[in-house]
Amino acid sequence: MAESNADIIRLNGAEKHFGAANSDIVRLDGAEKHFGAVRALSGVDFHVGPGECVGLVGHNGAGKSTLMHMVAGTSTPDSGRIGVHGGIEENYSVSRAQQLGIRCVFQELSLCPNLDVAENTRINHASLAGFGWRRRAAELIAGKLDEIFPGHGISASDIVGDLSIGRRQMVEVARAFTVTQDRLDLVILDEPTSSLDAHTAGQLLAFVRRFVASGKSCILISHVLGEVLRNADRIVVMRDGKVVASAAAGAFDRDRLVTVMGGAEARQKMAAEMAAKSGAGPLRVRARPAVQKDGVDLVARAGEIIGLAGLAGHGQTDLLLAIFNAASRARAGVEVTAPVALVAGDRQSDGIFPQWSIAQNIGIRSLARLRNGLLISARREAELAALWQKKIGIRTPDMNNNIFSLSGGNQQKALFARALGSDAGIVLMDDPMRGVDVGTKLEVYDLVREEARRGRTFLWYTTETEELDNCDHIYVFKNGRIVADLTRHELSEEKIIQSSFGDAA
Amino acid sequence: MTAATVETGLKPSAARGSAARARLLRGLLPALSLVLVLLAIAWLNPRAISYFGFSLMLNLAIPIALATIAQMFVIAGNELDLSIGTFVGFVGCVTATWLKDAPLIGIAILLGSIGIYALLGALIHLRNLPSIVVTLGMSFVWQGLAILVLPKPGGKAPDWLLAILSFKPPFVPFPIMAALLIGLIVHLSLMRTSYGVILRGSGGNAAALRRAGWSLLKTKVVLFALAGVFGVLSGMALIGITTSADANIGNGYTLLSIAGVILGGGEFVGGRVSPIGAVIGALTLALAASPLLTFMHIPPDWQVAANGAILIIVLAARVLISRRER
Repeated sequence: MAESNADIIRLNGAEKHFGAANSDIVRLDGAEKHFGAVRALSGVDFHVGPGECVGLVGHNGAGKSTLMHMVAGTSTPDSGRIGVHGGIEENYSVSRAQQLGIRCVFQELSLCPNLDVAENTRINHASLAGFGWRRRAAELIAGKLDEIFPGHGISASDIVGDLSIGRRQMVEVARAFTVTQDRLDLVILDEPTSSLDAHTAGQLLAFVRRFVASGKSCILISHVLGEVLRNADRIVVMRDGKVVASAAAGAFDRDRLVTVMGGAEARQKMAAEMAAKSGAGPLRVRARPAVQKDGVDLVARAGEIIGLAGLAGHGQTDLLLAIFNAASRARAGVEVTAPVALVAGDRQSDGIFPQWSIAQNIGIRSLARLRNGLLISARREAELAALWQKKIGIRTPDMNNNIFSLSGGNQQKALFARALGSDAGIVLMDDPMRGVDVGTKLEVYDLVREEARRGRTFLWYTTETEELDNCDHIYVFKNGRIVADLTRHELSEEKIIQSSFGDAA
Repeated sequence: MTAATVETGLKPSAARGSAARARLLRGLLPALSLVLVLLAIAWLNPRAISYFGFSLMLNLAIPIALATIAQMFVIAGNELDLSIGTFVGFVGCVTATWLKDAPLIGIAILLGSIGIYALLGALIHLRNLPSIVVTLGMSFVWQGLAILVLPKPGGKAPDWLLAILSFKPPFVPFPIMAALLIGLIVHLSLMRTSYGVILRGSGGNAAALRRAGWSLLKTKVVLFALAGVFGVLSGMALIGITTSADANIGNGYTLLSIAGVILGGGEFVGGRVSPIGAVIGALTLALAASPLLTFMHIPPDWQVAANGAILIIVLAARVLISRRER
């Protein structure tokens, strides 16, 4: 399938200006890109036609983002050609892409936190200038937010820095779909739902379907394979900088996608494993949310994995932080009986020390053990790092490299290694798998379960319902309170959505 | 489902309301500190609160406010200008000599110096140099040039400049009027215009701007050129008030201008600045520095320490407000 597709592309690449390929919105022929010695893309052919939603999947580091940067004009291929609307682009750039109707919502947020929502809209539209630009920008973005996310609760005069990460993503997505003077034909959505809860993600994907039905196109990149399978017309799979498969979405199912991507295939075995475990260990955490009035506590025992579910931003993170603080200073309503480590969700702002090496980033939680007299022993730090590199599979030639030399998924692994390598008996996870590829996720799930068997307790806030399958016990949150308390056997997506939206009097 | 959606929409917006309240409170803090200083002066010496008193006390506030605005443009782009003080001194020396004796050459020199500021912006962006190092180096260059222009204190301000700065409008003292005017003009052009958004955005998230197709070279050059323009205005205003120049006349302005921006609610990184706050910050520093100390019978040697104390108190208050809102 992939090969026949590639043949067509090459055929048309020869005579670009006329021919069947002319209806394509964007087309790349033999795109290559190197970053130093790393070959990020090796001869990729890729195209998007009108009225098509193309799903793009692959592991972190497979080259998806690099490819999308080329389509969006933010980076240029070392070799290969790019054509838009049938014409070859010699000096392709962001502003050229904008003129030609191609927009991109990048995975890392591209909003200015110091500006308000209307001002951020202005940044993407050169024509929003002159008298009354602010009113026009506000109307433009408010209208689009209403259209995509009804009931969003965002005002055009809100400063972006005050918004939750989910709302920021909503603004960013809505902004990409606003139209002023330039045309709009193709929107690239790179992990658009990573910070959205199930409800808003559904709103967005429904909008994408409407958008595509009106003859426009979308590229959807997501690690949530179900999302891609349900919403894409065609799926392109990348691996190691190459396109390894490209076919109509109907030709794939979840298992086939995972196989083509080259992911680990260990999912079913855990169910059996989980069932085997039972019995109550000693109490590790008992915590009550600050606004909880009916006396419901969150209880976690040694060796348990506890899930915190519900819509994003309904008090899960607050409770995790309360527990984290209670470990060092006693707090009313929170009881903690073991050292605590936190794996942050927003790794760029809360997790990583940007100037430090991977080994230093891992060792920081365990300094007491790494000490030799007054100084930190470099040898012990290196040992700890080497142990966890092997255990968790951090892909790097040298643990003394800067942490930013790692891909996003591997950075997150390093943060897990920091928590798991410490003396903490309780590990708090604040939606740490955001934007991490399936292979990495499965590896980390295995590790979490293994550590739980050894007696560690995990409190796991997640926005992805699939991850809750790993938990022994699930608490559903709404408006800062626990509204449901499910055991693993009772767990279903419907049940969580029901509790999240239901009237909790 | 819809009812639930509306409800989920409500609660975070209430949280955001409190974030907005905190920002309002932080925004009022500069004004509040100015009022406190004024009250202290009124209590110590009621006669100072008059048309004449304000004209006298706030005399030097105009050049400080202009230098603070210059610094604010640089800080808006996540940089810092350590040369603004000696630059003001250099402009002062040119104003008291060339601008009076040979106006055309004087104007050319001043325009050229703004051009140098713009080039510094380009250099810092293109070579990715730390602005602190570049402007620290430039501060010695400006100082040296100032000494070359005016080896010993002297010179004389041009008559038209003296006339402007001794203008006595009815009812409102000139320094207050000038401060209002400066604050308002800069506020409108930086906070309300569409290109002002781009300038502030370059401090907030430069990568986002680049991706949207804006030139970061241009924003940096514009910000530094604006700093140059206001530095020139500051130097000229200073000479218009003191009537003669000295190569070291502006040296204290570097730290005063940084303090003014921060006191006025600005932050060192992230493009968060406030022109009106910066002007108020400059006024507070100008008042607290000499008049207040004089009325309290504290020797002027303590001026700098007093400024430092005010800065620490206001910043501590700001942190307290932010923390309570968490």
